[in-house]
Parts: sequence; structure tokens; C-alpha cells
Amino acid sequence: MWTALWHRLAHPGHFLRWSGAATPWLAGLSALLLAAGLYLTWFVVPPDYQQGETVRIMYIHVPAAWLGVFFYGAMSLSAIGTLVWRHPLADVAQRAAAPIGAAFTLICLVTGSLWGKPMWGTYWVWDARLTSMLVLFLIYCGIIALWRTIEDPNRAARAIAILTLVGAVNLPIIKFSVNWWSTLHQPASILRMGGSTIDPSMLYPLLEMILAFTVLGVTLHLYSMRTEILRRRVRVLTIREAERLDAGAATASIVTSPRAMTVGQGA
Amino acid sequence: MIRVFAALVRRDLRLASRVGGSGALSLVFFLMIVALVPFALGPDLNLLSRIGPAILWLSAVLATLIGLDRIFQADEEDGSLDLMTASPAPLELVVLAKVLAHWLTTGLPLALASPLFGLLVALSPTAMAATALTLLIGTPALTFIGAVGAALTASIRRGGLILAIVVIPLMIPVLIFGVSAAEAALGGTVPFATPLTILGALSLIAAVVGTLASAAALRWSE
Repeated sequence: MWTALWHRLAHPGHFLRWSGAATPWLAGLSALLLAAGLYLTWFVVPPDYQQGETVRIMYIHVPAAWLGVFFYGAMSLSAIGTLVWRHPLADVAQRAAAPIGAAFTLICLVTGSLWGKPMWGTYWVWDARLTSMLVLFLIYCGIIALWRTIEDPNRAARAIAILTLVGAVNLPIIKFSVNWWSTLHQPASILRMGGSTIDPSMLYPLLEMILAFTVLGVTLHLYSMRTEILRRRVRVLTIREAERLDAGAATASIVTSPRAMTVGQGA
Repeated sequence: MIRVFAALVRRDLRLASRVGGSGALSLVFFLMIVALVPFALGPDLNLLSRIGPAILWLSAVLATLIGLDRIFQADEEDGSLDLMTASPAPLELVVLAKVLAHWLTTGLPLALASPLFGLLVALSPTAMAATALTLLIGTPALTFIGAVGAALTASIRRGGLILAIVVIPLMIPVLIFGVSAAEAALGGTVPFATPLTILGALSLIAAVVGTLASAAALRWSE
């Protein structure tokens, strides 16, 4: 029964229908949660006794880091879907996840370095966690670049699924080696966030922000998947139109209109 | 099976030696990067000998990248890759043979020549031997990781740049442990064997993952 439901939900046509109904609600929910979370962040959370007001950056930074990793996980699951079941929706999910994950990773890096300027006195330190996030961002860049290079979406999806899974195998190794490298090169003297237990007055707003960001990320993902499905339909329609025009040109050899020319070139 | 493997390795070695191989080219490229560093940093021999292993490793990574796109692309262009895919031998074996041949023509000469290039950056004999050993153990990992990128971009025209972008982040662990092993030999907080064995482990992991993933990429690119 569950598999039947899953197949129904994952059919691209059905997906367009239910996601079309769900996305406005999800968007509203994420706006509400974000507003509540930002209110808590700005007005309710006490300033930290060491970090002062800059601690508020954490409420953007940590959820963004979580989503950066979350979307790589989503991409890996979709990659398995692409390779094992060759499911078109898995291709779409994979493609839609990459830019969102890259964006959140970038947000994490930027907020981290903005926090680092007053705390560490410099925008960038080669700290293990910063460095592994940077490598994650670079891997995202490689994946997005490969998406843009291979034109045929089905071939691209399979190639990128392989790359994503190789990256997923490598990420723990990279994390481990960066930790090794950073302990080798610098003493662990930097201020560690979350080294001590977080006070509940800070923990609950943080959890609220993480929830808000997750809902936001899922909403963005659904929107972007819808766009991708529509883009693929346009692509197929353009190709068909061009083929029809080609066949028509072969029999009647009518001079094509400028519009038909652009459509033919687009394909 | 062994005969197929040996035949493929022999074929690729012969091709590399007769077509004006990328092996010699990547060696020259290696030399050029090593020669560039003193121009950027100044001819201070103390500084150069301190960062020498790092220079050699960085040059090795870049030199490996140079020849990578030809592993599968040349065969893809003249159609022999299709014959290999259609042959009864498993594609994984074909990939393993081709990557091994590629390493024999690029990675191995790099590792063997590195003591000579170490002279340019005033490495001590211990450091030279250590760097050569780490390169010998670590360059297979670079080649196997690069093979995945080469297989993914085999049918893309001008795939060289995209190959580098895709592959470089995955090479970071090898670079880290290669350099730290070479530096551990010069004395440091960690014993030489620890990073060296991890480097060996990375090469083995890369051999398995790289072979499987490259074969999958070639098979599914049809």
C-alpha cells in the first residue's frame, strides 16, 4: 500500500499536482516560522557573556550549515534513485537540490567569516570545520558545473549521480583528513562554539530556526523541482516542434518564419 | 582474464610510447611548476627546503591533472572504447588496465623523477627519499580519482577544465596525507608510518571506488 502511494506521489504528473497544492502552504509556514525565529533571535535571546551580540549570527549560521549537509544527503538519495530505478523524478530532485545546497553552504561560509571577524580578528581561519565546509562548497560547484556541461538531461543525471555518490563516499574521508591536517598545523586554541552545553534560552530558538530553515529548504526544493519539470517539458516540446518543422520543410519547402527559425535553433 | 588485462596494459603502454606520450609531457609540466615556485617565493633555499615536499606534491597533483583527460577520450574518439565495452571482458577490468597503464606512464615517472627535482628546492636526502616514497604510494590514488572524472567527461568536448573542477576537491585528502607523511619523515610530532599507511589506504580505497565508478560512468554514458 505504501509503495503504491509512493509511486503515485512520485509520478511527475501527480507530483506537479500535489506539490502545486502544497507549496503555497509550505511557503506560508516557512515564512511564519522564519518570522518567529528571527523575532526570537533579535529580541528574546540574551547576548552571550563572551561573544556579546555576535552570537545572534549563529542562528543563521548553524541552520545554513545543517541544510548544506542535508541537501547533499538528499542529492545522494536521489542519485541512488536515478541509478537503481532510473526514476525521472529522482533526476529532477537531484538537479534541483544542487544549487540550493550550494547556496546554503555559501551562506554558512559567509556568516561564519562575518562572525569570525570580531571573534577571531580575521575573516578566515583554516579551521577544520570551515575548511570542510569550503570543500563541500567546491564539490557542489563541480556538480553544478557538470550539470551545465552535459546537455542531454538523462545522461547528465546518470553521470552526476555517479559523481555525487563518489563525493558521498569521499566526504567522511575529507572531513577526517581535514581534521587531521588542522590539528597538525595549528594548536586548538580558537574559541569553540558549542563547546560547553548551550543554555536552554539559546537552544530552543536555535532549534526553532533549524526547523524554519528546513521547511524553507524543502519548499525551495519543491519549487525548483517544479520549475525543472516544466523546463524539461518545454525542452521536449521545442524538440518536437523543430522535428515537425523539419518534416514540413522536407515536403513543402516553405520558407520558415523567423519564429520557427528561433525555435529550431533553440533545440 | 589475465591475458586480456595484460594485452590492454601492453597496448596502452605501446600507444603512450609511440604517440609522443602525455607521460613525458606531464613530467616536463611537473618540472616547470617546480621551477616556477622559486620565482614566486624568492630563491631563499632555507624556505624552499622547508616547503619542498609541499611544492613537489602540489606539482604532482597538477601534473596528474594534465594528462588525465586522455585516459578514455582518445579511445572514445576513435571508437575503440565501444569495442572494449562490447567485449566479453568486464568493463571494470578494462578500466583497471587502462588506469594502471596511465599510472605507469605518468605517476610512476613522476615519483621516480621527484628526487631529482627535489635538488632544485634543496631537499635533504631523507626528505627526498620520503617524498619519492609518498609520491610512489600516493599517485595511484590521484590517478584513480582522476579516472572517475575522465570517465564522466570522456564524451564532452573540451572536458579538461570541467574534469579538473570535478576532481580537485576529491584529491584533497591525498594531498594532505602525502605532504604530512613527507614532512613527518623530517621530524615532527607524528611518526612517519601513520600518515604513510593512511596514504596507502587512500590509494586502495581510490582503486576500488575509482574503478567501479569509472566503469559505471562509461557504461551509462551510452
